[in-house]
Amino acid sequence: MSVSLPRSAVLGGSLAVVAALALSACGAAPDNASTTADGKSAATATSAADFGGMDKLVAAAKKEGTLHAIALPRDWANYGALIDGFQKKYGIKIEVENPDGSSQDEINAVTSRKGQDRAPDVLDLGSSFAVSAAQQGLLAPYKVAAYDDIPEAQKDAQARWYNDYGGYVSIGCDAKRVKQCPTTFKDLLKPQYKGQVALNGNPTKSGSAFGGVYAAALAGGGSFDDIQPGLDFFAELKKNGNYTPVESTPATVEKGETPISIDWDYLNAGYAEEFKSKGVDWKVVVPADGKFSQYYSQAINKDAPHPAAARLWQEYLYSAEGQNLWLAGYARPALMPAMEKAGTLDKAAAAKLPEVAGTPVFPTEEQQSKAKTVLAQGWAKAVSG
Amino acid sequence: MTATLTRADVAPVASPKRRRRAPGWLAVLPLLVFVAIAFGLPAIAMLNGAFTVKDPATGATSYTTENLTNSLQGAYLTALLGSVKLSAVSAGLGALFGLPLAHVVVSSGSRALRETVLTASGVLANFGGVPLAFAFVATLGNAGVLTRHLGLSATGWDLYSFWGLVLVYLYFLIPLMVLTIAPALDGLRAQWREAAQNNGATAVQYWRHVALPVLLPSLLGGLVLLFGSAFAAYATAAAMVGSSVPLVTLQIADAISGNVLVGQENVALALSLDMVLVAGLVMAVYLPLQRRSARWLA
Repeated sequence: MSVSLPRSAVLGGSLAVVAALALSACGAAPDNASTTADGKSAATATSAADFGGMDKLVAAAKKEGTLHAIALPRDWANYGALIDGFQKKYGIKIEVENPDGSSQDEINAVTSRKGQDRAPDVLDLGSSFAVSAAQQGLLAPYKVAAYDDIPEAQKDAQARWYNDYGGYVSIGCDAKRVKQCPTTFKDLLKPQYKGQVALNGNPTKSGSAFGGVYAAALAGGGSFDDIQPGLDFFAELKKNGNYTPVESTPATVEKGETPISIDWDYLNAGYAEEFKSKGVDWKVVVPADGKFSQYYSQAINKDAPHPAAARLWQEYLYSAEGQNLWLAGYARPALMPAMEKAGTLDKAAAAKLPEVAGTPVFPTEEQQSKAKTVLAQGWAKAVSG
Repeated sequence: MTATLTRADVAPVASPKRRRRAPGWLAVLPLLVFVAIAFGLPAIAMLNGAFTVKDPATGATSYTTENLTNSLQGAYLTALLGSVKLSAVSAGLGALFGLPLAHVVVSSGSRALRETVLTASGVLANFGGVPLAFAFVATLGNAGVLTRHLGLSATGWDLYSFWGLVLVYLYFLIPLMVLTIAPALDGLRAQWREAAQNNGATAVQYWRHVALPVLLPSLLGGLVLLFGSAFAAYATAAAMVGSSVPLVTLQIADAISGNVLVGQENVALALSLDMVLVAGLVMAVYLPLQRRSARWLA
C-alpha cells in the first residue's frame, strides 16, 4: 500500500540493500595505477610536487583513464566546456553522475559508496557542506599549484577544500514584459511588479534562493548575524502580491511566468545570452542595496577510486585555462584577483560580468548555520497562505 | 487497496478442509519474502534512523528522540498539519464529486457510457506528477492560456496556492473515487430500492436508511485511499507551488537532498515516521468497518 511507506524510506532501504550487496561483491578500490616507481601514492599526495611533479601526475592520471564526477550540470558555469577541455587535453574520460544533484546528494554518494570503484572522485560543494564533509574526514588535503593565490578567506587551512567559483545575488528582468526594470530590493516592493518577482528555488533547499533571502536581509537593515529582515521582506512581498511562488528556470523565464527572477548573476547573465536569439531581452543587475556573494568549493574524495585523475582535475580547474573557462560562463573564479594582477585573466569575458563595486565579504560558518536555522523555521510562515 | 473492496475478500473463514492450509502458506512465501525485503527492511532502516543522531566530528551514533521532537515542532509541524489539511479537504471533495458521478454512470444502465467513464477514470487517476502540474500551469498558471484570455489574475485567481493545489489534486482524485466506489454501487441491489418504495419510502429515506449505510464502509475506504494519494503526493506540488504551501513531503525532500541545510537526514526519517503514523491512524478508522460492509455486498 502506497499510503504507509513514503518514497524516501523505500529508497533509503533499497539503497542500503544494494550497497550491502555491492560492498560484498567488489572489495577495495583499485590502487594499482596511482603509485609511482619510488613508492609515492597519489591517494596521499598533498601536492603535485609531493608526487614527483606534474609530469608524473599526468602520467598516473592517464593510466587511470577515468574521472568520476558528480552533480556537474553542463549548462552551469560553463562546466560543459571544462569537461570537454580536460578530456581533450589529457585524454581522460569524465563520467558525470546525477548532473543535477545537490550537495547533499554528493555527500550521500561519498559515504554510501565508500571504498567502491563507483564512488565520486571529486566534489563541487556548497561551502557549508564542504566544511561539514571535512569535519567528517571525507576529504583529502591537496594543494594545487595556485593554492597560495586563493584569497585567505576562501580556503581551508588544511587544503581539504577551497573555493572554485561564485557570484553575486542578482535581479534578472524581462525588459519586454516589465516596463521599468528594478535595480534594488526596495524597488521590488513597488506595486507595479505585482505577481512578477520569483526566486529560483526554495531557500530551505536551494543555495541560490537562500542567498537571495540573505541579500534581501542585508538590503533591509539586517546583517550576516540577522537574516530576519530578509524573511520579513519576502513576507511583505507575498502580502502585497508581488511574490510569485513559481521557481524560476530558463523555461519559466522564456514563457513569461517569472518576468523578474532573483538568482546568481552567472546564471542570470548566462540566460541573457541564451535568450537573445529567442527575442527575450533579459537584463541583469546586482542590486546595490543587497550585495551577497557566495562561492562553491572544490574538494577531493579521500577514498577517490582515481586519486591521480582527481588531483589532475583540480590542477586543471585552477590553471589559468580552467579559471577563464568558468569566467566565460559568467562565474567569478576564485583566482580572479590574482589573475588580474598576473595578466592572465580573459579581459573580454570579465567585462561581460554584471558590475559590482567593492570586494566580496562572506558570513562565517556559524553565522550561516544560524541564519539557516532561522530560515528553515520561518520561511514557510513568511510566504505560505 | 481496491482489492479490499471486492468480493474476493469474503472468502469463508472457517473452512472445514483444514488440512489443505499448509501448501497455501507455501505459495504465499515468495510474496512474504518480497514484502519483508521491499517494505520490512526500509521500515526498519527508517525506524532506526529516526531515533539516531550522528556526531559530525567523531562520526559516533547514539540513540535519541531529538529527531522526532524536532519533526513535531515549528515549520515541520506546520508542514505536517498542512499535508493533513490538504489531504483531508481534497479527499472529502473528491468523494463528494466522485460518488454522484459514479452513481449516475452505474445506474444509467448504458454499457458504453460505463466503460468509457471507467476507462477514462483509470487513465486520469494515474495522471499525476510533473506532467499534471505543467498541464495546469500552462492552462491556469499566471501566464496560462485561460488566465490570460479570461483575465483571471484581476479576479484574484492564484493557481500556486492551497486551493489551486486542491483543484489540481481533484483532477486525479475524482476519477480514483469513481473507480473505487463503482463496484460497491454495483452491489446495491435493485430489489432493495423496490422494497423500500413498496413500503412507502421516499428517495431521501432510501438513501438515508438503506443505501448510505451499506455504502458507508466502501465510501470510507475510498476516502482513505484518496487521503493516502494526496498525502503521499510530491512531484505535482514540488513542481507547482514550491515552498509556498507547507507540505511534509516537500520538507522531507529539503532535508534529505538540499544545498542549504546540513545534517538533517535523520529528521527527514523522523518526518517519514510521522507520515506512517498518520496513515496508520487513518486506516485504523476504516478497517473495522470494512468487514461489516463485505457481508452486505457479497
